Amino acid sequence: MAGSAESLAPNSARAVAFGSRPAIVIRTAAGDLRAFSATCTHLDCTVQYRPDLQRLWCACHNGQYDLNGRNVAGPPPRPLEAFDVNVKDDQIALSRRSG
Amino acid sequence: MRGVRAWLDERLAFSDVIDALRHKTVPHHRYSVWYYFGGMTLFLFGIQVGTGALLLLYYRPSAAEAYESVQFIVTRVPFGWLVRSIHAWSANLMVACAVAHLFSVLFLHAYRRPRELTWFSGVLLLLLTLAFGFTGYLLPWNEVSFFATRVGTDIAAAVPLMGRGIVRFMRGGDEVTGATLTRLFGFHVAVLPAIASGLVALHLLLVQRHGMSVPPSIERQAVHDPAAVRAMPFIPHFLLRDLFAWTIVLAVLAALSTFYPWELGTKADPFAPAPAGIRPEWYFLWAFESLKHVPPTIAGINGELIAVAVMGAGALAALLLPLLAGHTARARLAVVWVGAVALLFMALMTGLALSAAAP
Repeated sequence: MAGSAESLAPNSARAVAFGSRPAIVIRTAAGDLRAFSATCTHLDCTVQYRPDLQRLWCACHNGQYDLNGRNVAGPPPRPLEAFDVNVKDDQIALSRRSG
Repeated sequence: MRGVRAWLDERLAFSDVIDALRHKTVPHHRYSVWYYFGGMTLFLFGIQVGTGALLLLYYRPSAAEAYESVQFIVTRVPFGWLVRSIHAWSANLMVACAVAHLFSVLFLHAYRRPRELTWFSGVLLLLLTLAFGFTGYLLPWNEVSFFATRVGTDIAAAVPLMGRGIVRFMRGGDEVTGATLTRLFGFHVAVLPAIASGLVALHLLLVQRHGMSVPPSIERQAVHDPAAVRAMPFIPHFLLRDLFAWTIVLAVLAALSTFYPWELGTKADPFAPAPAGIRPEWYFLWAFESLKHVPPTIAGINGELIAVAVMGAGALAALLLPLLAGHTARARLAVVWVGAVALLFMALMTGLALSAAAP
């Protein structure tokens, strides 16, 4: 579980655990909920959400990903893995995308 | 007293060694100042062993207790903060002295025949010093060291075929966890010191066996002007100068450790994002900054793989320098140029990393 959906304000994010790895849940400025693996595909640092850029940003080597998890700037070679987001009774649940 | 000395001498035969040292001389010329950096590095290694042993009395190598035990050392143990600060600053000064020593040996061509083995052992000792820095960095289990270890170990993943295996070996699993901490602690306090002690002994033995190298330019000058190189007695002249250099190092170390105590930072949280402004220790900054500028792919090949291959080739070339460099004046000039370009590149990348601001 990744906490309350209600308490996640637009244009903000929350770091959560997905098994033994870090993940990130984002509420976009438009209000959508999205979730990705928070492990940068470059060198394994943990990314964070930058509200000013509206992008995911890795502080280690300045890699950037858009809100679809696509690597758009800096050295990351691949997109972030995207997770399915389900909300039930205000609780966010993440799951690996099938297929 | 004389009886004890005679008893020991009969069993250890040390009077031969003392006699040899009494007659030993060291060349003295305008570049002699660079001879002292090796001794300074050795002095700092001794300080590392001493302060490291003291830290071991209280440090606990587990993810649950490491940070708290270091916190205990710096806040509750009498002079614990000073011992830890000396250990951290001394590590940095040791890297600086070892790098200065390596480049001075390179620029003065002291790697030439018959000192190839001295060079090999020296380069391996520098790599070991960096390994000491890397393995020791994680031990306080703070935020910066956690991410530095994740990045540092993940670089090995770019190695074809066995990359993931190397990463798993270094981490003790797929992730940086308490298992990584325990593993790096073992390397830091047992494996690396054992190897380093043997290599230091070999290095010192070779330095004593072959004596100090005189740079080719001084050798040429001495043909016309014998005063260009004079012989300085090892005891007491060189030894006293060595001790003076150590005293300066000790004064700098004491000042840094007292006025700029090494910070502990915040405890590592494996699920928190890497903080803005994160960067490794200064001696890894050039590699850290270089990796920022390597594109994801170069001509269809993974950029990381190319970066790792170039750095690996550079380290191998440095190790094998005495075998690769020719014996002519032109070959020596090429060595100076390659060394200068490498040094400039590292200085430039370090400067860029220090001045870099978050977007």
